[in-house]
Amino acid sequence: MKHNFDVLVIGGGHAGCEAAHAASRVNANVGLISLSVQDFGVMSCNPAIGGLGKGHLVREIDALDGIMGDLADRAGIQFRLLNRKKGPAVQGLRTQADRKLYQKGMLARLRSAPRITLIEGEVVSFLGSAPKFKGVKLADGSKIFCSALVLTTGTFLGGVIHIGDKKVSGGRMGASASIRLAEQLSDMSLPLGRLKTGTPPRLNGETIRWDDLEKQDGDKIPSMFSFLNSSPFVQQISCGITHTNERTHDIIRENLSKSAMYGGSIESVGPRYCPSIEDKIVRFADKSSHQIFLEPEGLNTKTVYPNGISTSLPVSVQEKYVHSIRGLEHAEILQPGYAIEYDYIDPRCLNSTLRVQDTENFFLAGQINGTTGYEEAAAQGLVAGLNAASIALTKESVTFSRSNSYIGVMIDDLTLRGVNEPYRMFTSRAEYRLTLRSDNADQRLTPLGINVGCVGEKRAEIFDKKNALLSKGKDSLLGRSVTPQELKNYGVNVRLDGQRRSLFHVLSIPNIDIETICLFSRDFSDLEDDLKRQLIIESTYSNYVARQEKDLESLKRDEKIKIPDNFDYGSLSGLSNELSSKLKVIKPSTLAHAGRVEGMTPSALILILSKLKKNELSRSA
Amino acid sequence: MDTIFALATPQGKSGVAVIRVSGPEAFEISKKLCLLPKEQTFGLRRLRDRTGQILDEALVLVFGAGRSFTGEPTVEFHIHGSLAIYRSVSDSLKYAGGRLAEKGEFTRRALESGRLDLSQVEALSDLIESETEVQQKQALDVFIGSIAKKVDNWRRDLVQAAALLEAVIDFADEEVPEDVTWEVHKLLENVRVEIGAEIEGFAAAERIRTGFEVAIVGLPNAGKSTLLNAISGKEVALTSALAGTTRDIIEVKMDLRGLAVTFLDTAGIRDSQDPLEKMGIDRAVDRANKADLRIFIDTGKDISGIAATDDDIIINGKGDLFPDKEFPVSGKTGLGVDVLLNKIADVLAERTVKAGIVSHQRQKDSLQRGYYDLEAAIGLLVGGPDIYDLTAEEIRSALRSLEMLLGHVGVEVLLGEIFSRFCLGK
Repeated sequence: MKHNFDVLVIGGGHAGCEAAHAASRVNANVGLISLSVQDFGVMSCNPAIGGLGKGHLVREIDALDGIMGDLADRAGIQFRLLNRKKGPAVQGLRTQADRKLYQKGMLARLRSAPRITLIEGEVVSFLGSAPKFKGVKLADGSKIFCSALVLTTGTFLGGVIHIGDKKVSGGRMGASASIRLAEQLSDMSLPLGRLKTGTPPRLNGETIRWDDLEKQDGDKIPSMFSFLNSSPFVQQISCGITHTNERTHDIIRENLSKSAMYGGSIESVGPRYCPSIEDKIVRFADKSSHQIFLEPEGLNTKTVYPNGISTSLPVSVQEKYVHSIRGLEHAEILQPGYAIEYDYIDPRCLNSTLRVQDTENFFLAGQINGTTGYEEAAAQGLVAGLNAASIALTKESVTFSRSNSYIGVMIDDLTLRGVNEPYRMFTSRAEYRLTLRSDNADQRLTPLGINVGCVGEKRAEIFDKKNALLSKGKDSLLGRSVTPQELKNYGVNVRLDGQRRSLFHVLSIPNIDIETICLFSRDFSDLEDDLKRQLIIESTYSNYVARQEKDLESLKRDEKIKIPDNFDYGSLSGLSNELSSKLKVIKPSTLAHAGRVEGMTPSALILILSKLKKNELSRSA
Repeated sequence: MDTIFALATPQGKSGVAVIRVSGPEAFEISKKLCLLPKEQTFGLRRLRDRTGQILDEALVLVFGAGRSFTGEPTVEFHIHGSLAIYRSVSDSLKYAGGRLAEKGEFTRRALESGRLDLSQVEALSDLIESETEVQQKQALDVFIGSIAKKVDNWRRDLVQAAALLEAVIDFADEEVPEDVTWEVHKLLENVRVEIGAEIEGFAAAERIRTGFEVAIVGLPNAGKSTLLNAISGKEVALTSALAGTTRDIIEVKMDLRGLAVTFLDTAGIRDSQDPLEKMGIDRAVDRANKADLRIFIDTGKDISGIAATDDDIIINGKGDLFPDKEFPVSGKTGLGVDVLLNKIADVLAERTVKAGIVSHQRQKDSLQRGYYDLEAAIGLLVGGPDIYDLTAEEIRSALRSLEMLLGHVGVEVLLGEIFSRFCLGK
């Protein structure tokens, strides 16, 4: 086996796999270490990918030729476009994924990738230390060297599992926590925090009375994550829906003191958007029922994931309350629900490439940074992988901004504000939401990817072709203007104000008949349906996008103003102590970045700016 | 950053004068003159120059960083108000490394360190400039943060409205209501109406700040200047039996029941061949039109070129000779002048009832932008949940406009609002 790599990735979860693959795409030799090859791409929680905000991340990963989108398409057993009726900017694709298919697909993809070596083993220590790491030592004593290191060990840091009053040290069920590695990390004195999350009991699908339950089908015409795919690869299924009832709630209320979370053995913070069933019943006491989705974990498994009842109650209580629910009267619990507490590293110690600031080559990605979700992890893996490769191969770093992607929004949120609950993506986190859409993820990011070298020839070719067609269609629409009378003659309902409108503008009229536009423009009429749809979306949002672009201009201006790492905030006496010490920790890289630091005032920004200008002057003098 | 100092009280002889020293070196520099009391305390000290010569006995106050007007370490010397003492102390401070402050520099530092927000800085200068009780109250109101309070309330409502929409958007798959249009409409409409009222009250508020103008209008020789003199209680305008004596506009500032009022004596209006008088008349017509209120002496309201309003007052200017005609006033004897002033005060006070807090154009512009955004948002609500993304965008924009007046609204605030209302998570 090789023992010297450009990039070494520790951890084979979604962050690790995406990091390794991304680094290999930009020509780095990559070693990917995991406790077991069975771990690559495991979905340790809900076997679903995408969702609102998360779907955007997957599309962006795909636009950069990452693997998550394509693998999700291939393993998808039920596709649903959430918010289908709402604006395209806030629609989110979600799929149920066959857990085994996904893992199999992942392993195959990693094995077939050039320049990736898969390594089974437990990392026990790092070689070298901050600021420059040299590699790792494995439990069997072997040493592996590298130029850059990406750590993606998820909840393995200080992980403790709680089921009622029982405590087990470990990551997810069945995997031993890497305690020795955790000790090494704590020696590095990185800032740590503690979080918790939970899972529901897994049920035996053969013991559920499906006939009594409401069904939820996938979309009739499913959308795909990858820009390269057009339809599902495997058989599609439907999920079941049931509800908790007063009796369920009574059982849980009576046993609250036995819950790890309510009995006092867990004090860390859990996500507000994914509360345990105990949480729901305490906090929303007036609700007499909560919805549960019964999601099969795959085509060839009997395991069902009951989405909505995660818990840390003892097994006996779990059985009792599950059986009180309609359709689950005789359901067998295959694996009890549990809560897990774990350490995360405060991501404010990272820069926008996810490199630990005080090091030259040590990167962190995924749940270890306080995020939750496969998509968030994979997107970070992509960023860390590309940048680890950049360090190893001495190339320019690759960064994303709030104005070009959800990836940029997430990295910015994490490195700037840190987290106080597991961080999950929402569309409302993106202030340029109307511009950062799923449909244009490729237009936003594929050129960047081509530039960096992480996008393969096939995708680049398809993208260029699509882009040329879109431009041609759009130019044709912009170049042809029509009078209200002309439109009226074709039955379009517009005000007869004598104003000529470009066809592109006409496209934004609600419920406009596309056939009418086709009559006016041959180039448009020649486009495929999905390209037509994209131009309609662009036109619908064009007014808002124009306004956002104005905001963006000032943001981009501020992003061009770099702040050196060694900038002396202490010398700005107008700055409050609190703000000054915050800035010293975060070390914002640009003026725009500084402007988003919590508690920042416009006048403080002016102070920083004028100091920068002064430094510039004295340098050039 | 430099350490600055300046006389904080007016120049000239006085019982006490205050010299303020502010900046990172304030303590070091002040120590060159005397031993400093502890932070946040004061003490009586003898000030000495570098040769040991005593300059004055002064009360010395010491403010720590973050606990002074500017937010910087600050020392105040309360010296005896003599120009000679001020000069010698000032020389010593300069020698010790201080720099004489530029105009407004203390306030600018207070702004830069976040001790004051922009509306407060504006109010501070208004407060210092205020001459009447109502002006003082208006400025003080803003200075202690009443705009911030109002904006905070609006912002709270808008954040709540945005949170409702975002919940429907971001948690579509969960147990949140599918349509929150009505609730959001109520919140937005509320804020729209309040901001609208504030914008409407801007004109009156601005008037309180800058003062009202009352023009005295009439034919030549009607006694306008005599009336102005009677109102002001001194000879401010030349009077003579000759028609057309007043050419320039004469202004007299008064405090009418706490309102700042400027009376304008204008040229008598007639057809004149004299080019100089003609210019005076043109100017009179122009100013009379721009004034907040007009007093017509012995004429109806239809003087050519002047647009009168219902509030304008017509008086019988020779009340001493014709006491039986309606509204007799006499500048000569003083008859009815107090009645007239009361009447004017009533009319103007009535207008200030609707005055908003916002009295600067900059502040009004921000509100106006926010108002337009809200109108747009309310219009989009008609489209229901299908276009909540657009409605939310308009609310975002409205919040940004309000931000121009004050602080920030982060997404965490929004999410906090969402999670406190809905049970989310399947």
